[in-house]
Amino acid sequence: MKTVQLDVTKDHCPMTFVKAKVALTRLETGDRLEVLLTEGEPLDNLPRSATEQGYKVISVEPVGGVIHRVTIEK
Amino acid sequence: MPASSKKLSIISFSGDFDKAIAVFTLATGAAAVGREVKIFFTFWGLNIVRKNKWRSFTGKGVLDRVFNFLMGGLACLPLSRFNFLGLSPRLMTYMMKKNNVATLPELIESANALGVQLFACEMAMVILGIKKEDLVPEIRSVTGVAGFLEEAKDGEILFI
Repeated sequence: MKTVQLDVTKDHCPMTFVKAKVALTRLETGDRLEVLLTEGEPLDNLPRSATEQGYKVISVEPVGGVIHRVTIEK
Repeated sequence: MPASSKKLSIISFSGDFDKAIAVFTLATGAAAVGREVKIFFTFWGLNIVRKNKWRSFTGKGVLDRVFNFLMGGLACLPLSRFNFLGLSPRLMTYMMKKNNVATLPELIESANALGVQLFACEMAMVILGIKKEDLVPEIRSVTGVAGFLEEAKDGEILFI
């Protein structure tokens, strides 16, 4: 089981969730992806679309300012 | 989720730079949220998926050759407004990079990584004198209206 980090705080739609999805497809079942993203569209959409696609959202935590860390398990 | 919202098929008719960005933004975004996505390139849209990104004299007759040279490939797509002889698409790509917005090549690369399926219109290729080997290898097949309808069945269809 490995954990991969991804920072999309500087990206915009659709690359925020496109990069997350590409990263998830490269993981094995049980691996985790930690995504740093900003409030608004990325934070509203990524956890929801990950859940919809059958991934497990482990946690969503603020890490300071408008930035949050979303941990997703494949 | 109903079947109709699980699949998105986009007809890419325009060869304009800005509309190509719209096609690939929607395609990658939809694929990233789990939709099955297919893009059908027809007429000017075929310029987006030419193997040669620049201008080249390809085709059989003189007309084909001149026409294909005038159309050009991915690097020659014009902006639908304020093109200024091809200067604006470059300027826009610069602005996109500066603002961390995905550029067209990045979007196309992501679409391939996410398994977006690409098709080309047989009839438009005949008119424009384009052969399958003139197009990028990611094109799954060359198809017609019936083939398109079969692929797009039970999904949403967009014409751009």
